[in-house]
Amino acid sequence: MFYVSMFFQYVSQYMKTRLQYRADFFMEILSDLLNQVVNLVFILVVFGHTQFLSGWSREEIIFIYGFFLIPFALFSAFFNIWDFNDRYIVKGEMDRILTRPIHSLFQVILERIELEALFGVVTGLIIIFYSAISLDLQLAWYDPILFIIFAIGGALAYAAIFVAIASIGFWSDAKTSIMPMMYNIGNYGRYPVDIYNKVIRFVLTWVLPFAFVGVYPASYFLRKEEWYAYAFATPVIGVAFFVISVFIWNQGVKRYRGAGN
Amino acid sequence: MGKYLAMIRMRFLMMLAYRTDYYTGILIYSINIGAYYFLWNAIYGEKSSIEGLSGMQMTTYVAVAWMARAFYFNNIDREIATEIKDGKVAIEMIRPYNYLGMKTMQGLGEGIFRFFFFSIPGMLLVAFIFPIELPHDPAVWGIFGISLLFSFIINTQINLLTGITTFFLYNNAGLIRAKRVIIDLFSGLLLPISFYPIWAQEVMKYLPFQGISYVPSMIFTNGYSSGEIGMALLQQLIWCIILIIPIQLLWIVAKKQLIIQGG
Repeated sequence: MFYVSMFFQYVSQYMKTRLQYRADFFMEILSDLLNQVVNLVFILVVFGHTQFLSGWSREEIIFIYGFFLIPFALFSAFFNIWDFNDRYIVKGEMDRILTRPIHSLFQVILERIELEALFGVVTGLIIIFYSAISLDLQLAWYDPILFIIFAIGGALAYAAIFVAIASIGFWSDAKTSIMPMMYNIGNYGRYPVDIYNKVIRFVLTWVLPFAFVGVYPASYFLRKEEWYAYAFATPVIGVAFFVISVFIWNQGVKRYRGAGN
Repeated sequence: MGKYLAMIRMRFLMMLAYRTDYYTGILIYSINIGAYYFLWNAIYGEKSSIEGLSGMQMTTYVAVAWMARAFYFNNIDREIATEIKDGKVAIEMIRPYNYLGMKTMQGLGEGIFRFFFFSIPGMLLVAFIFPIELPHDPAVWGIFGISLLFSFIINTQINLLTGITTFFLYNNAGLIRAKRVIIDLFSGLLLPISFYPIWAQEVMKYLPFQGISYVPSMIFTNGYSSGEIGMALLQQLIWCIILIIPIQLLWIVAKKQLIIQGG
């Protein structure tokens, strides 16, 4: 309960600061939107020159992209910790976090929330509805529930990777630029994994499970039965990776010595 | 002139001091090139060529487009925005140099650094991993170099324009991001302009963006006929000149209504 009320207090504080520069707040949403439009334009232009991408049609690729946007939006809204090392460890901000009676990861996450990213859920849903209608997908009554579970699973998988990498900061205080690299690798998950070679496919499934953010869960709704096993593994992978990453984080916090002042 | 050269040198040395940061940059660009490589492979499938570009040319196009981006890309729009927000711009403006010229030179120093420590080793690395065809004709390299210089100028001019808008908007992080996305799409970095539908190509003819990435990349991949090369270079040159006008106009207005927010 305490955590829930803390959450809302942080959120309301956040809204106050963000709405200070209102024009910029909307520009941020707009530029996210623009980014999504660009990716869609890319898909549309590409399919002006081909019918299928490794057997996936244009609408299916668009559906995968739409699905990807939802876990990605959840992730970007709540796990904006790519600069954790600079912000908290190098500057010694972690000291302040650790003196408070809330789990350190929870605090760091709340301090860095970026709720405007949640707008991606809306765009994602619009894209999904559009492609589901043109593909004439049939929905079972439990599909919306699975949808939510898969989306959260995907977001957790994404978050796990970034939490684990942020934790590296506890062991080595060398400036890491692995984070931006991960964002770029994450883009691989937007397209069907069968276009990549075996090594990359393996990495995207078992090492950096970005494929569980887009193509695997989406293939369930596209009724691609050959991928069902992976689709249903999404929540399991998400939770498992996330638990591991929190464990790594906790180990790291134990080692944290402070930057000195 | 001497002071501007000194600025290029200073920025270059500054970058040199933090050069390890750039090794991961090369990896990131290679990761992106990899993603597009696989994607284009799947798109080409059985086709031997699309819009006059073969699969091999496409891979080369993607590789050179990204590695060229390392040269022309800079964050001077963000730097200008920060300096305005911090109020530092007031001191910059009483110094005996042209502020915008100085920013351009800093960008050039950064570009030259990245050209030698990022683009060239990156290109070698990428050529090693992916099937890429480097041009054999030294003239192509020369023309590519000239074109690349133009793309730096055009991109920097657009950055200056975006940076100056901070004078009017106070906080324009969103606009800066939006600009970056638009340039990635319309400059031909993600998709060669010739792949767009005809009507879109017509529109883009009247925009400066394709001078940033499409022109040098097409020259590098031998995608142009010799007549087209001349036209493309001329177009780049014209944009370099035209863009000076809005920059100067905005700059004059901006100076008049400058408000220092702190400092």
